[in-house]
Amino acid sequence: MAKVKANKRSEGKKEGVLALHGVSAKLALELMQDMLLYRRFEEKAEESYAIGKIGGFCHLHIGQEAGAAGAIKVLQPEDYAISAYRSHTQAIAKGISPNAVMAELYGRVGGVSKGKGGSMHLFGRDARFLGGHGIVGGQVPLATGIGWKIKYSGENLVCVCFMGDATVNQGGFHESLNMAAVWELPVIYVVENNEYGMGTAFNRVSKTEISSRSVPFDIPASSVDGQDVLSTFEHFRDLTEEVRAGGGPRLVDLRTYRFRGHSMSDPVSGTYRSTEEVERHKQESDPIAILRDQLFDEDILDQDTLEGMDATAKTIAAEAADFAEESPIPDPEALYEDVWAETNAHGRLFFDGRRT
Amino acid sequence: MATMTYRDALNEALREEMDRDPDVFLMGEEVAEYDGAYKVSKGLLDVFGDQRIVDSPISELGFAGLGVGAAMAGLRPVIEFMTFNFAYLAIDQIINNASKLCYMSGGQFKVPITFRGPNGPALQLGAQHSQACETYYLHAPGCKVVTPATPADAKGLLKASIRDDDPVAFMEGELLYNFKGEVPEEDDFVIPLGVADLKRLGSDVSIITHGKMVHVALQASDKLEGEGIQAEVLDLRSVRPLDVDAILETVQKTNRVVYLEESWPYAGTGAQVVSIIQEEAFDHLDAPVLRVTQADVPMPYAKNLEALAKPNAARVVEACKKVLYR
Repeated sequence: MAKVKANKRSEGKKEGVLALHGVSAKLALELMQDMLLYRRFEEKAEESYAIGKIGGFCHLHIGQEAGAAGAIKVLQPEDYAISAYRSHTQAIAKGISPNAVMAELYGRVGGVSKGKGGSMHLFGRDARFLGGHGIVGGQVPLATGIGWKIKYSGENLVCVCFMGDATVNQGGFHESLNMAAVWELPVIYVVENNEYGMGTAFNRVSKTEISSRSVPFDIPASSVDGQDVLSTFEHFRDLTEEVRAGGGPRLVDLRTYRFRGHSMSDPVSGTYRSTEEVERHKQESDPIAILRDQLFDEDILDQDTLEGMDATAKTIAAEAADFAEESPIPDPEALYEDVWAETNAHGRLFFDGRRT
Repeated sequence: MATMTYRDALNEALREEMDRDPDVFLMGEEVAEYDGAYKVSKGLLDVFGDQRIVDSPISELGFAGLGVGAAMAGLRPVIEFMTFNFAYLAIDQIINNASKLCYMSGGQFKVPITFRGPNGPALQLGAQHSQACETYYLHAPGCKVVTPATPADAKGLLKASIRDDDPVAFMEGELLYNFKGEVPEEDDFVIPLGVADLKRLGSDVSIITHGKMVHVALQASDKLEGEGIQAEVLDLRSVRPLDVDAILETVQKTNRVVYLEESWPYAGTGAQVVSIIQEEAFDHLDAPVLRVTQADVPMPYAKNLEALAKPNAARVVEACKKVLYR
């Protein structure tokens, strides 16, 4: 297992952890509420999957909530985010409603993609969440193109691109980092390093660490404790300011751990990692427990308030499931909608017997 | 009408569309300082600057994907592949991303991008540099495919492709860049996608084809004329959208069809066109439809073997006579 770099989590008690990270009490409580929602939303999805309401592949973010909360909280609404297939919480963090995300998992018309994308293909045009991508690394060149657009149009925006740790062994990752460096594009490439590419430990198939992968392109890399939302928030606040100011791309090794299986089809532990390992992480590095302890220590939060916040999160998740349940299944005609953005005045576009 | 090369016609189309729309930019290997590997972008760097005419690294997957992301965010990129042979490296971005994003996002994101470059067998370049690749892009819903054969079509169709809101694989004939032809001088000459063009009228047999093979079909029809056979040549111009009406019309007129293409036969464009004809014009056929394609082998290097592998006018003449039972 990769060692987590020394971070400010343990030092916080002495110095006042919020002051240390420059986070207000109000913001810290928001981050707590966000993470509780992500946790309860994913648990609800897990429950719905178990009873057959959700099909196909479904990758949960449980254990990794601090990355979504901390990294996306610093963004402006016009900034862009893009991700891979473990992206339910990131989509919500970027501003897509939990109802629309859950309905998409259910394959209903109330879903973000009208039920045609599924768990792995969440998109929000207004929220500037550009997917939801199912091929490992497929989103990384897209993020580079979004950065290109920002620079081309002279906008004061950034694009945050999430990916799993296995992505750094894909060619498109290296091609993208090179181009982003050459053209100084405002993209933050965030590797959510949960130590495993599906069931293969990163270090078993990777010669060098993640933060070394941007060295050939002269892109500054950093590591952050992705289980500590306050550290994560501070880290991305600083990075985003640098990138927005024209500092060019950045690579982040966001150290985290997945508490569930790779997807709902997989066991939590098994041949590739032990139950003890998972339990240890759940005990020691649950991002919600870490923030809870920090806020209890600072007397910003007490048990009753926390339980109230948790009840709110559970209600939103339950309402999302209710919304999804009540949302209709797609009309059969939807099968042929949105294949083409533009139907040309002449010629045939479909070849299965359909004429228009 | 102005007489110009296929290359210059493409250059004019790019120039006019970039003048017209500031969101259009051209990116690819050698497109800027080198003027393009085939000189299609000659002089454009001086006119539009290096923000809009952009030399890329040799990273087909990367810069194709960059274009897709830029298109999702609102630009209208033209991505040049030095040849479509190299676009195999990028096909995940073209098929899995560009062609599916509109559908997967429930219509939220359109991807108005043009992937363009030379396609089709050339001269003694061997198996990896000499092949017709259109079938790969035709197979996937979400990608339009355009194959101009003449300078006028090259100009009018490239302008339409850049303006189209869907991804377009715009496949130029590698051996056509020096080919000269008449191009209308009107201000904004655009040929809509999905409209086939009768390149020659005839009454005895229809040669349906696309891309560079139009010229082989015309050679064949000249030879046939010497033997008293009037062949009609239908150039599809865009293969998706496909002008099925024009196909059915020529079948109904001549009742005999040869499909000519320079890619491989198995699941090729001709296979699809034959399927449409037998489904929708079966009663109009007086003979089975025949196909003339590249031999079902990777392109060999040796000159004599290469000649055997490629479709040519003699093989088209032979096929036409066969469907005429002569």
